[in-house]
Amino acid sequence: MRKSFSFSSVATVLGFAFLYAPIVSLIIFSFNESKLVTVWAGFSTKWYVKLFQDPQILGAAWISLKIAFISASLAIILGTLAAYVLVRFRRFLGKNLLSGMITAPLVMPDVIIGLSLLLLFISMESLFGWPAGRGLTTIIIAHTTFCMAYVAVVVQSRLGDMDESLEEAALDLGAKPVRVFFDITLPVISPALVSGWLLSFTLSLDDLVIASFVSGPGASTLPMVIFSKVRLGVSPDINALATIIIVIVALGVLVAATKMKPEKGY
Amino acid sequence: MATNPQSKVSGAIANGAKPWITHDQEPFIKISNLTKKFGDFTAVDNVSLEIYREELFCLLGGSGCGKSTLLRMLAGFEAPTSGKIEIDGQDMSGVAPFDRPTNMMFQSYALFPHMSVEKNVAYGLLRDGVSKNDAYSQVNEMLKLVQLEDFGKRKPDQLSGGQRQRVALARSLIKRPKLLLLDEPLGALDKKLREETQFELINIQESLGVTFIVVTHDQEEAMTLSTRIGVMNEGEIVQVGEPREVYEFPQSRFVADFIGSVNIFEGRVSDDAIDYVRIKSEDANCEIHVSHGVSCTENQKLWFAIRPEKMTVTHKKPHKTKLAKFNWISGIVDEIAYQGNLSVYRIKLESGKVVRITKSNRLRHDEDEITWDDKVYVSWEDTAGVVLTQ
Repeated sequence: MRKSFSFSSVATVLGFAFLYAPIVSLIIFSFNESKLVTVWAGFSTKWYVKLFQDPQILGAAWISLKIAFISASLAIILGTLAAYVLVRFRRFLGKNLLSGMITAPLVMPDVIIGLSLLLLFISMESLFGWPAGRGLTTIIIAHTTFCMAYVAVVVQSRLGDMDESLEEAALDLGAKPVRVFFDITLPVISPALVSGWLLSFTLSLDDLVIASFVSGPGASTLPMVIFSKVRLGVSPDINALATIIIVIVALGVLVAATKMKPEKGY
Repeated sequence: MATNPQSKVSGAIANGAKPWITHDQEPFIKISNLTKKFGDFTAVDNVSLEIYREELFCLLGGSGCGKSTLLRMLAGFEAPTSGKIEIDGQDMSGVAPFDRPTNMMFQSYALFPHMSVEKNVAYGLLRDGVSKNDAYSQVNEMLKLVQLEDFGKRKPDQLSGGQRQRVALARSLIKRPKLLLLDEPLGALDKKLREETQFELINIQESLGVTFIVVTHDQEEAMTLSTRIGVMNEGEIVQVGEPREVYEFPQSRFVADFIGSVNIFEGRVSDDAIDYVRIKSEDANCEIHVSHGVSCTENQKLWFAIRPEKMTVTHKKPHKTKLAKFNWISGIVDEIAYQGNLSVYRIKLESGKVVRITKSNRLRHDEDEITWDDKVYVSWEDTAGVVLTQ
């Protein structure tokens, strides 16, 4: 059957164009010879060279990666514990409240999270002297807090789907509960842990608003640096940086998608 | 399915011993006054049960009758609200599942999806501190027993349903538990495979000498497998007995109806003697003569239950020398279901009641074939049915 331009195919093409045209143009212009972002003047990789000679951007990228790695890892631990409690512990007082509170950061505006965390850090510093000043540590705490919510949601659904008799079978075969958790529960929910970690990593890398509130001197993350640079005018080396990030993220998604085939429980 | 419950009873317990009759053994499992409540709902209601060593005991009942809850209490996954479980003289209250001398085979099999077959089977041994070499040589033996020796390296999702079932069995047997609990062990298999597996299960049970408690809703399965059956309804055990006993001598209408199919006539005692009883039934529109005494009073309301295969359907009025006026009714053939080996007739009696009769098709061509809307006579021997008072 020959298909003419149906509504759905047109909509698909337009939809994808809407999503990817800006990214494609960004990638193309990262190889632009000209200093002007909007005028094409031939192919060049000079902005990439320039990028790798800019200590400010490299430093910020390193800080962002460090923060993303640590807060994603912490968020996985805390989020998994929270999800475990919410799924496995049947009916306790305040379970619904806890469940709502854990997912609240998903819908809370970043500005409010950032501001409230800033106030918390300031009053903690004046009360206990920790965290001393704002910087890497405060950003990590802030990012862990909101990433944890995403991890809890992802892990919660996977745990909910898991056949509880798997755990009972391990108990029955002589494993103590802690052993069961590490031998059975963790491996079975591991796809959710991986996707939760990747999600947290991306969210942390991406965050500008919360980081701006809780950051201090010497702890500018990559988004903060880019944002401040762009305000002085868009320079093509930012395009180069964005292209590199896009390639890394695309590779990450590709690897995650091929490695994690859905496993069924028997 | 052709089964002879009597023949396997002798196999499952050595030399056909029946300790539940002779009482020459201590019960291996003693359940006394066990009750489990979930909020207001009573899942298991004051159950007392004694099960002997090397028995293959089936808990039979419909869904929600409490059989699985009872099994889970034996395994230690649920704590009883009240009552006690003793296994081999040892009180089980407060003993965690991982410390119990029991293993369980789950309805969903619960195979660990991220482990190979070998690792699944070895898991229990390794948790007990058995050395790796030892554990894996035992695993190989066990896999041989369940005919899966070539599948050790596979993951559960690379196996068929029947193979998975055997892995689950191997895994639950590897620790040689004193008691193996099986929750609907054959429920997920198709009919043909299920029948084969039933006999395999009996063979394995006999060769290892482990006591089995099987939960099932399938009465045919319970009949085939078990030394004794405990029929459950609404949290209570309503009858315990050998398969033949439960089938031929049900103690209540529930059991009669749940195990196999049955025709039940309601009636009142019209003549009560020492060696017989007569029941006048409006359902049957005749007087029923039963050739054994029943402890009852004149005019007491009771029920006469008779299995479909114990009734005869004929075109001619049955000739009976004695008791000519009892135990036959006329009716019209309403439905016929031809099933190959059997034919099932639904016959509408004059009273309006429909009875079910099965007849084995012994002749390939029946001259006197009974067909739709024929006027027929339904009759039975005076020993064919049971009188139920509840």
